Amino acid sequence: MKQALAIPAALAAALWLTPALAQSPSHDGHGMSGMDMPGMKDSPAAEPSDAKPDAMQGMDHSGHTMTMDASPMHAMPMKSDGAIPQSPPPPAAQSGPAHAADAFYPDGEMAHAREMVTHEMGGLKTTVVMVDRLEAQTGKGGGSWAWEGALRTGGDIDRLWIKTEGEGELDGGIDDSEVQALWGHAIGPWFDLQAGVRQQFMPGPDRTQLSVGVEGLAPYMFDISAEAFVSTQGEFTAKIGAEIDQRLTQRLILQPRVEANLSAQDVPEIGLGAGVTSLQTGVRLRYEFRREFAPYVGVEWQKQFGRTADYTRADGGNADRVVALVGLRAWF
Amino acid sequence: MLNPTLHRRALLGGALAAGGGAAISALFPQWARAQTAHLPAGGADALTGEEIALSIARTPFTLGGRTGSATTVNGTLPGPLIRLREGQDVRLSVTNHLDVDSSIHWHGLLVPFQMDGVPGVTFPGIRPNETFRYGFPIRQSGTYWYHSHSGGQEGTGLIGPIVIDPAAGERVHADREMIVMLSDWSFMTPMEILRKLKAQPDYFNYQQQAWFEAPSGKPMSVADKLKWGRMRMSPSDIADVTGATYTYLVNGQGPDANWTGLFRPGERVRLRVINSSAMTIFNLRIPGLPLTVVAADGSDVKPVETDEIQIGVAETYDLIVTPDDRAYTLFAESVDRSGYARGTLAPRAGMTAPIPPLRKPPLLTMKDMGMGGMAGMAGMSGMDHAMNHGADGGMKMHGSMSMRDPANAPGVALTPGVDMIAPMPVDRTGDRGLGLDGVKHRVLVYTDLEAPEPRHDISPPTREIVVHLTGNMERYMWSFDGRRFSEIVEPIRLARDERVRFKLVNETMMTHPIHLHGFLFDLVNGKGDRLPKKHTVNVLPGGFVAFDLTADEPGDWAFHCHLLLHMMSGMFNVVTVRPLDGGAA
Ligand SMILES: [Cu+2]
Repeated sequence: MKQALAIPAALAAALWLTPALAQSPSHDGHGMSGMDMPGMKDSPAAEPSDAKPDAMQGMDHSGHTMTMDASPMHAMPMKSDGAIPQSPPPPAAQSGPAHAADAFYPDGEMAHAREMVTHEMGGLKTTVVMVDRLEAQTGKGGGSWAWEGALRTGGDIDRLWIKTEGEGELDGGIDDSEVQALWGHAIGPWFDLQAGVRQQFMPGPDRTQLSVGVEGLAPYMFDISAEAFVSTQGEFTAKIGAEIDQRLTQRLILQPRVEANLSAQDVPEIGLGAGVTSLQTGVRLRYEFRREFAPYVGVEWQKQFGRTADYTRADGGNADRVVALVGLRAWF
Repeated sequence: MLNPTLHRRALLGGALAAGGGAAISALFPQWARAQTAHLPAGGADALTGEEIALSIARTPFTLGGRTGSATTVNGTLPGPLIRLREGQDVRLSVTNHLDVDSSIHWHGLLVPFQMDGVPGVTFPGIRPNETFRYGFPIRQSGTYWYHSHSGGQEGTGLIGPIVIDPAAGERVHADREMIVMLSDWSFMTPMEILRKLKAQPDYFNYQQQAWFEAPSGKPMSVADKLKWGRMRMSPSDIADVTGATYTYLVNGQGPDANWTGLFRPGERVRLRVINSSAMTIFNLRIPGLPLTVVAADGSDVKPVETDEIQIGVAETYDLIVTPDDRAYTLFAESVDRSGYARGTLAPRAGMTAPIPPLRKPPLLTMKDMGMGGMAGMAGMSGMDHAMNHGADGGMKMHGSMSMRDPANAPGVALTPGVDMIAPMPVDRTGDRGLGLDGVKHRVLVYTDLEAPEPRHDISPPTREIVVHLTGNMERYMWSFDGRRFSEIVEPIRLARDERVRFKLVNETMMTHPIHLHGFLFDLVNGKGDRLPKKHTVNVLPGGFVAFDLTADEPGDWAFHCHLLLHMMSGMFNVVTVRPLDGGAA
């Protein structure tokens, strides 16, 4: 356990994204450069008249912290008539009972209701089952099928995730599959840290792994996930994926997607070579009959690299192929 | 004077015929059917007097041929009109026939806190098969409403109007009055709507800026797509829940049922408009009729004429109109323009007027992102002008112009529930509501509202409390100062009788109608000793609004966004006023 937590390169590689992605894009300091936002011309306050370059320059040069009082900004129209102190409440405000209603209603009743209202205003839990991909693929070397889905349940900050994915031959059984049970915790406005256990089922020996990763929405609306795994055999592997929804019409959505797998070492018994083991990149075009029900068609390039490819070929498999696919994205 | 009863019956027949076979079910109270009576509005089933009994239950509700289950009061949606008189006492016995807890909150009424009807804050709630007896004196007049404060029930129909006649008579004469209660109805429960938004926040938005579709009429350039993409936000994020699931109702009736209010040509008609929606901000207009606003949130204002009003959830406006001998369409477009509520004002039953087309959905602008301070700077008008003259393609924005700089909102906890901090929020009380900037006709803005008489009860505040309205669109989280109520936040503490200023700063890209229970506060809109009184205030995106109040109502008071699902996602807190009355029991 101890040595497993001394996570080296693979995990670091997967997690390098965390701080960058969990933060606002603005921390590059240029978050809003190019201010001609759409619709701005409609603003009644924006009459093109006597623009004062001086004021603008003040902003240009004020460097990193153009705070309110250090810039011409405080000249902005505020209706506060003079300064009203933001002082703490007077002592009288702290007097009396914590909950005024306790004086009118029997003890237990208010406590119970208070618990309910506290839960109701922000503490609600939700459960969603997602089928991200359920698809048939055809290409050189025969047909196959693949799935990827998850169940998530919990509140806004902490959630339980059960994830599964896998693939198999259209006319045969399941080749590879995995299930993950993860605890997810929001580590920023857009990203969750996820940690737990992954169980892989493979033609060779199965693998049980610790899994740590991040998942969320990156700037420019990329859905990103990066996971690192360490198996009970001490092997390190990682997986990085990105996809983006391009809305062509209100219901027609084009989704480019890429996923790469990495391994820190050769593991011949499960057909893995060191380095980038495989890459899948493709594009799917789906139609949302409802948000929850969207069939799609697509094409994907599936390639393995280096020794991983050698293992596959030696096994009679296909290490480099392009497939056409048809599938369904759904959630409920 | 007409015989109201007779006339109503005749009219009902007409409405049935006009409804195209869509039978008006018994679910509507009389006040909500086509209205004919002269003052006062209501009909025989308006609830008046000192003893009023209300009964909450599940009732089938039919709309557009589909039947769902509504939460009703006395079997109707909307609930019965409660008509009271300033100075009287009232006792309301509310019996809960649901199998879950329920409650009724008297929205905008000045009541002792323990009668305010918020479970867990002011009382324990009403358990199944129990009766709770509310009792309080009526200390005000005007147009108000009531709704459940439990389990999203206001989103399933538990809403109704309250009209309080002033002891001294109305300031403004009218020959006739009508209640116009706007609401939104979905066959999906609020909880299910919330679940879908947590799964996919743009679930209901079918007006997005796609590559080959630009419902707003302005295809986005690649550069704009990149800018918005970099922020991980969408300029078409106007309403969370839309016409994709909502049918918008006037007095409980869909656009096709065409609720009709009857008048005699030349009469002065007082419309008591209540936005009792769960999630819908409306743009209200009556093409061809100027609207004279005479009251806002129940309190009289100096009459001001306008052509369109953006009415936030839970706000009320009283309007005087003087229609000619023709029909007029009462048109309430949802703020994202994905649908509308519609009724008709007509001299005779069965008449209709043209229904205006829905306008193109608006897009968020730089000002909505909290960059309004830029435009507000002296000489900074014409942003894009100045911008285009910038040496290398525009200004470089540094430091506090970033979209999540803690220095721009020191009071905010930068939790995962906060996806942006408006870099330069401005006072937007003088701004038109979202999407109405370019409209040719007059649009009501908050700075149009002015108390009719100079007020002597207004004194300068001694303390300012800044509350940031925060959220994360991607996770569908909403909060004050970055914390959801479920995180056990500190209440906002006031000392009894102190005069405080609340400054609400909107750090998000959505308009939030913020409501404080128990008070009518003074909206700080530059009107000196004539600040208008309100109970709910729309805070436009990237803007701030201030209001002053004297903490003369001891107790605990709910303070929240009145978009139901924002509240239920955490945009809620409690304002405490201490000390309580001596002994407090
Ligand atoms: Cu809100």
